[in-house]
Amino acid sequence: MNSRLLPLLATLVIFLAAYAVCYAQYPAMLSTRVIGNLLTDNAFLGIVAVGMTFVIISGGIDLSVGSVIAFSGVFIAVMLRDTGLHPLAVFAALLVLTTLFGAAMGGVIHYLEMPPFIVTLAGMFLARGMAYVLSIDSVPITHEFYEVLQRSYWLMPGKGRLTLIGGMMLVVFLAGIMLAHRTRFGTNVYAVGGGVQTARLMGVPVGRTTVGIYALSGFLAGLAGIVFSIYTSAGYSLATVGVELDAIAAVVIGGTLLTGGSGFVAGTLIGVLIMGLIQTYIIFDGTLSSWWTKILIGMLLFAFIVLQKGLVWTSGKRRAAGG
Amino acid sequence: MPHGDARQPLLHARGVRKIFPGTIALDGVDFSLHAGEVHALLGENGAGKSTLIKCLTGAYRRDGGDILLDGESIDPKGTLDAQAYGIGTVYQEVNLLPNLSVAENLSLGHQPTRFGMISVRAMNARAREVLSQYGLDIDVTRTLDSYSVAVQQVIAIARAVMLSGKVLILDEPTASLDAHEVKMLFDVVRSLKERGLGIVFISHFLDQIFEISDRLTVLRNGQLVGTEVTAEIDRVRLINMMLGRELEHETRAHGKLHEAAGDPRLVFSGFGRKGRIEPFDLSIHAGEVIGVAGLLGSGRTETAEVLFGVAHHDSGEARQDGAPVSLMSPRQAIKAGFGFCPEDRKTDGVIADLSVRENIALALQARIGWMRRIPDREQKAMANDYIRKLDIRTPDAEKPVGLLSGGNQQKVMLARWLVTNPSFLILDEPTRGIDVGAHAEIIRLIEELCAQGMSLLVISSELDELVAYSHRVIVVRDRRHVAELAGDQITTGNMVRAIAAPEREAVN
Amino acid sequence: MTGFKLLLRRILPQLITLALVVGLISIMFPGFFEISLANGRLYGSPVDIFNRGAPVALLAIGMTLVIATGGIDLSVGAVMAICGAVAAWGITEGYGLLPTLLMALAAGLACGLWNGLLVAFLGIQPIVATLILMVAGRGIAQLITEGAILTFNHEGMIFFGSGSLLTVPTPIIIAILTGALVTLIVRRSALGMLIEAIGINFRASTLAGVNTRVLLVAVYMTSGLCAALAGIIAAADIRGADANNAGLWLELDAILAVVIGGTSLLGGRFSLIASLIGALIIQAVNTGILLSGFPPEFNLIIKAVIILIILVLQSPRVRTVLAFLSTARADAAGQEKKVVEP
Repeated sequence: MNSRLLPLLATLVIFLAAYAVCYAQYPAMLSTRVIGNLLTDNAFLGIVAVGMTFVIISGGIDLSVGSVIAFSGVFIAVMLRDTGLHPLAVFAALLVLTTLFGAAMGGVIHYLEMPPFIVTLAGMFLARGMAYVLSIDSVPITHEFYEVLQRSYWLMPGKGRLTLIGGMMLVVFLAGIMLAHRTRFGTNVYAVGGGVQTARLMGVPVGRTTVGIYALSGFLAGLAGIVFSIYTSAGYSLATVGVELDAIAAVVIGGTLLTGGSGFVAGTLIGVLIMGLIQTYIIFDGTLSSWWTKILIGMLLFAFIVLQKGLVWTSGKRRAAGG
Repeated sequence: MPHGDARQPLLHARGVRKIFPGTIALDGVDFSLHAGEVHALLGENGAGKSTLIKCLTGAYRRDGGDILLDGESIDPKGTLDAQAYGIGTVYQEVNLLPNLSVAENLSLGHQPTRFGMISVRAMNARAREVLSQYGLDIDVTRTLDSYSVAVQQVIAIARAVMLSGKVLILDEPTASLDAHEVKMLFDVVRSLKERGLGIVFISHFLDQIFEISDRLTVLRNGQLVGTEVTAEIDRVRLINMMLGRELEHETRAHGKLHEAAGDPRLVFSGFGRKGRIEPFDLSIHAGEVIGVAGLLGSGRTETAEVLFGVAHHDSGEARQDGAPVSLMSPRQAIKAGFGFCPEDRKTDGVIADLSVRENIALALQARIGWMRRIPDREQKAMANDYIRKLDIRTPDAEKPVGLLSGGNQQKVMLARWLVTNPSFLILDEPTRGIDVGAHAEIIRLIEELCAQGMSLLVISSELDELVAYSHRVIVVRDRRHVAELAGDQITTGNMVRAIAAPEREAVN
Repeated sequence: MTGFKLLLRRILPQLITLALVVGLISIMFPGFFEISLANGRLYGSPVDIFNRGAPVALLAIGMTLVIATGGIDLSVGAVMAICGAVAAWGITEGYGLLPTLLMALAAGLACGLWNGLLVAFLGIQPIVATLILMVAGRGIAQLITEGAILTFNHEGMIFFGSGSLLTVPTPIIIAILTGALVTLIVRRSALGMLIEAIGINFRASTLAGVNTRVLLVAVYMTSGLCAALAGIIAAADIRGADANNAGLWLELDAILAVVIGGTSLLGGRFSLIASLIGALIIQAVNTGILLSGFPPEFNLIIKAVIILIILVLQSPRVRTVLAFLSTARADAAGQEKKVVEP
């Protein structure tokens, strides 16, 4: 078996086992209602985590996404309040803006040769600051088009609702999987994560790829912002603080190597669902406190990081012995 | 044409020069390669092999000379450019991406697409087809790192041939392969030769050179020593070409015989580490200089690393003045009074951004512990003392050591250990890459130190240097200590013969 | 050159920046330098900058050492929350002041030990290793406070947040004392040089006999200890432990302070005092925006701009270009000389 698949498999096993435990205690958790809610509640996180997966596979990190989501919400709310533009036009403008923002960060990372951590930290401050400048208060969104968006869902068997935003997340995941494994861009992302120097020697356009990766992350953060505004019917500059951490955690729990080069977009979906499941269980339980979510996610992170370290170590050892 | 070959060479380098600040890395080197030929390139570290390769592939801009491909002058701007001309390179550390699948590695940048999407089926089919030409039938969807280095080498060769197709440069491809894998690789090389490619083969394994190459070129200190037809040269002559000494020059400069007075200071018995260096016995007296001779990759550096605890020994034991001593880490070795100047000064030796003073004080400070800081005044006195004694060329002791020349960095390394007053000092290629003046000074220093009663182990590829200062010489070949010469036996000729002795005994 | 002159040259850019920021504020807000004495404690904007800047300054002390080894500690904000929670819990459970403080400091050391072990012995990248505690830390803090904001009214504990000693607010004294103590230890012992050696060339340091692993653990523990002090101050200041918000994003401010202080994120040469000035610059910008009547929202944008400027100045590429320009100028000068010579 390919050892690269092992973290993904571990993620899947953990998810199924966790779901089995939940089901044993609360049979209602297997209903399509719960599943529908799981998808809806985590839609924005899932979408942004897809972008984060690409960034992390390339060996980078993007701390700006939480702020970009908040900015997007405020931008949409303020634009809808102050201009007569149709939401779709606002969406388009927003996506152009966040994509350019991501591309700019990618450009700084590549051309100034600075660590992604500090560049996207600046992006994080900048996006949050811009959101504050637009509005400090929560701005409600009351547009009939939003009501249409919120009311559109597909009734699954068992009365569960697959909402538009839940479905959107699944579509983004599908597109992400195709992009990662069926396009030259996707292969280039893995190549950059496998080794920038080697990738360059093999003819990979490293600069274009880096800019593309962060542009994609910016685009998806903007899309997540749209989804989040549909989910909450408001734009609030203090919203989604720390979502970048949740996204990183979901990516790592999904089996992607934080050092880059290896991982799967599909794994990230399971990572997001595991995190959502923990929250759902705690809500079902009622007596457990919410902080257990953070501790459990921390423990899962630790387990996966050590697992990956072990895999890298044993494969290095095997190669040394077999060489 | 120097060798009377009427055909036009496929690749022809004429008078290639490359100058680095302070040194001439290549001094007017000629090199020619014919289609359907395997041409070996030999030389010790720093001889100019990799510089020549990098000039051929455009990784370096040459400072002089011409490179002709099919008779036409070319000037590749980089590896990719050279590839487009038809010159492909495969390095020892496989230059492919370990995290991509075999098929992706082969097709990266040229994947077959349909409607903008990569056709994975076509990509995999093409990869299988390409690899079948090399006798490889493997699962191309698995990641590259799930295969052995030998298979990775073949895949790298397949990619290079696919994208370039005229000249293939193999830079030490066999360094980490076993005998069976080498055979597999050579089969591939022979089939490519038959297909009319010109192949440059770099290796420090003489057996392999004799087995695979048609002609060979030897470089030494950036200069061309000569190009020979492999079938017409014997080992001893080849090693003489590489190490640059004639057999006639056999007499010792000063008949040095160490009176092995009393018990040895250090005794290593059965000391070794699997895969690095076979177990060996070694005893060292006070005031004795042990030379270590051997070709690159023979296990000479590994010997030093096992002794100093850099690589943990997994067999044998060490005794110091009769008492067992543990040498499982550099710290323990230093505690036992050892010092080690590694071969690669940049990555293993100097701390570039720290000053000359701090670099000199580092090992002593580490031994004393962080609590008792050596006072600034003492550090300065120490540094200035050695700057004077070793004639380190630096404006003052506060200059970052990274800004000094190679020879001066080497002296700083020596000073670092000398201030710890070691009883046993290991020097790995102490005179490499430094100018003639500094060279002589370091040799003088080695003699001085042993006169003061220090024991030294000196690794060098300069055999006459070893003759000059060694009391005994260990000859290393194929990761084994194969001979020990003492007294009058220490001649370059004896060393060359011991290094050259074709190895017929089976390696376990 | 004397040591003092060298130091001055090292911190000159930071001092100039601080002077510029303060100068700008005092132009926009003329009453800036007014300091008053009330109830035996100093009040006024400059005092406020020092006082509010104390937690970030404390974090920056530990962070400087960590970054000098080529690492980074993302967990300090969460560690602040944990230690604040321990302090609040200890004092409300009635363990007394000294045992409570010791428990809080021990918690910080334990967090640092955890990070250090992951980095030094499991060989996990620092950014990854400290991420674990960054994510889980607030959960642990909430576990201690049981989700509530644990308030207390213990005068001795409150002293650490809003008390004063000889008219100087306690947080300032703690930060200055810690900074002085760590500087003294690091520069009077050989620690500073050994830490820099590790950050510049880990392998060569190991080969020279430096106890690299133990030093790495010690450095992360120092960072944990500094975070504990900052956590105690933050809790004492609001008379309670807020597991959710104590030290939130302060790790980023601390990293920023170190970067402003001119220590490279790649490790190597460091200056504690420059990092402390960096922390002051950040707080001066915060306070200045508040005072000058700009909406506080501008704060983050200004921080982003500061990072961008530093990024451009520290970028290897820009440096190469600058070096090229300066050598070109030197060459030109040299050539002119040559022309004059004959």
